[in-house]
Amino acid sequence: MNEITLIEAVNRALAYELAHDDSMVVMGEDVGVNGGVFRATDGLQARFGRERVFDTPLAETVIAGMSVGMAAQGLRPVAEIQFMGFIYSTIDQILNHASRLRNRTRGRLSCPMVLRAPFGGGIHAPEHHSESTEALFAHIPGLRVVIPSSPSRAYGLLLAAIRDPDPVVFLEPKRIYRLNKQAVEDNGEALPLDSCFVLRPGADLTVVSWGAMIHECQQAAELAAEAGVDIELIDLATIKPLDMETILESVGRTGRCVIVHEAARNCGVGAEIAARLAEEGLMSLMAPVRRVTGYDTVMPLFRLEEHYMPSTARILQAVNETMEYV
Amino acid sequence: MAQIAHFDIHYDRFLNEAGEVEQPLPEFAKDTQTLLSLYKNMVYTRVYDQRAIALQRTGQMGTYASILGQEAIGAGVGHAMQRQDILAPSYREGGVQFFRGVKPSELFLYWGGDERGMNFNESRQDFPVAIPIASQACHAVGAAYAMRLRKQPAVVVCMLGDGGTSKGDFYESMNVAGSMQLPVIFVVSNNQWAISVRRTDQSSCDTLAQKAIAGGMPGQQIDGNDVIAVRHYVSSALERARTGDGPSLIEAMTYRLGDHTTADDAKRYRSQEEVDLQHKKEPVGRLRNYLIANNLWNDDKEQALIAKCEEQIETEVEIYLATEVQPAKSMFDHLYATLPKSLQWQRAQLPGEE
Repeated sequence: MNEITLIEAVNRALAYELAHDDSMVVMGEDVGVNGGVFRATDGLQARFGRERVFDTPLAETVIAGMSVGMAAQGLRPVAEIQFMGFIYSTIDQILNHASRLRNRTRGRLSCPMVLRAPFGGGIHAPEHHSESTEALFAHIPGLRVVIPSSPSRAYGLLLAAIRDPDPVVFLEPKRIYRLNKQAVEDNGEALPLDSCFVLRPGADLTVVSWGAMIHECQQAAELAAEAGVDIELIDLATIKPLDMETILESVGRTGRCVIVHEAARNCGVGAEIAARLAEEGLMSLMAPVRRVTGYDTVMPLFRLEEHYMPSTARILQAVNETMEYV
Repeated sequence: MAQIAHFDIHYDRFLNEAGEVEQPLPEFAKDTQTLLSLYKNMVYTRVYDQRAIALQRTGQMGTYASILGQEAIGAGVGHAMQRQDILAPSYREGGVQFFRGVKPSELFLYWGGDERGMNFNESRQDFPVAIPIASQACHAVGAAYAMRLRKQPAVVVCMLGDGGTSKGDFYESMNVAGSMQLPVIFVVSNNQWAISVRRTDQSSCDTLAQKAIAGGMPGQQIDGNDVIAVRHYVSSALERARTGDGPSLIEAMTYRLGDHTTADDAKRYRSQEEVDLQHKKEPVGRLRNYLIANNLWNDDKEQALIAKCEEQIETEVEIYLATEVQPAKSMFDHLYATLPKSLQWQRAQLPGEE
């Protein structure tokens, strides 16, 4: 069986689509000969040429803005921002242009671009290399924010993101780039966007998470099962727009919900989910919705990062307290 | 110490401030129809501009950015561009857009608070105006990359102001355009004012044209109130880019005779004497003087042209004012190609039929 890692799945999806869509280009810092600092674009320039897989100057604003211009003229640019810590200068282009070009021109021009960036902590990286700030992008109308949590979802969701007619910020949890391998058939089949994935059905409590934290949530669910608590685990996958239907249906059955994210707590995506549960699912709740998140601190340098990031133990504690609530 | 690189910035014009010929005119300027076409666009733009301000002052339109004094840049650039070229404009480029087939009614609609004003009927690959300063420079280089990749013989024209040359977007885009030798040109309308900040307070560079050098491309300064110079040098820059010789920058010297926008009061930061002096250099009268001196124009033709422009603009005003407001729900219509299921309940909350 041909098993691959998440980063290999990203590479495979890029290669598949480059081979099947002449309008697609891959661009960014060090994505050419070097194949990207994490090797997401390894071998692509050799295979598809320097016109379609190219290094840009070291300038994030123009990487994003150039993508807008290319997409508006019918290309499908997939641009890499080397780390999420360097994505912030692209927000002007993403918020003011990419996400609203279709709306501004009443559909005359559109912006089918993908901005990929590795994000999240846990790999003892230098300063500015470990933050999880997906909520900044989730606030932007007209944009999609997608986060895979496994090799197979990275492959299928990235294909969907590239083919989507609107801009997508595709955030790759770098802590699990090489954590485990999965068999991923290179069949070009995309997974649906705007939909959660129920990774584990359960009857007692719903855990909602995304990205690398899915790994800790799965561990917590297994440990909880040993203690007789049957957890339903939902991978949000598309952070924006939010598939509340799946979450409400699940919580409607379980009556209890724990949301887990690595990002800071205040105004995190978990806050939106909790608010929507309060607005639309209050009557089915048997306990307060709980969030297990990073703290509202600056992401600490790596000597302390394990204390910042939600652990399996913290998730289990929240699960147990939610189960015990009467 | 050895000098290892040497750069020159040149300045040029054909007509002086009185409309007198300073040097032999380029070939195109010997064609009367071309000169009249440039002149008519400038007059048309000025009539449009006056009417737009009047619409705002009478509460029939929103905030508007006047073009007064900069008409030669619009006419020269618009006339030099070919149909398949792509425009990435700032918000003071109505004159170029008219040559591109954009209608005054569309621009009125835009400044009147309606997105449909950016859904042009013609030149449909042109970008709408960019309000965030110089952000369109990035789009221009991206579009130019697309043109080259698909081997389309089109050049992208990025227009921005003197203030825009202070932005990182501008420097990053120039750097990309130069390093990749893309088919794009940058036209800087240096109208001396970034709202209230003088050109000399904006940058200590002797010229803005020299900023091109750092981007790895030639830059030159021209008299932006001489439409013959604008048309000539923009054509050369377009031709150069079209034949694969790469990008270049033109700094067109002009002056913003009006307020920054109808929400601005330029009297707070500049003297009437300064503005009066600049009125003597403005572009429409300059070309008119040349045309009259060469027996190509007279008062009767002038009156007839103004009357015709006013009539045409009035028709455009009527089209604008008769355009019904979009349904409230339409704010969801072009948010995504297909509205995500999860947003449909929000759309349903707005008034109006399905």
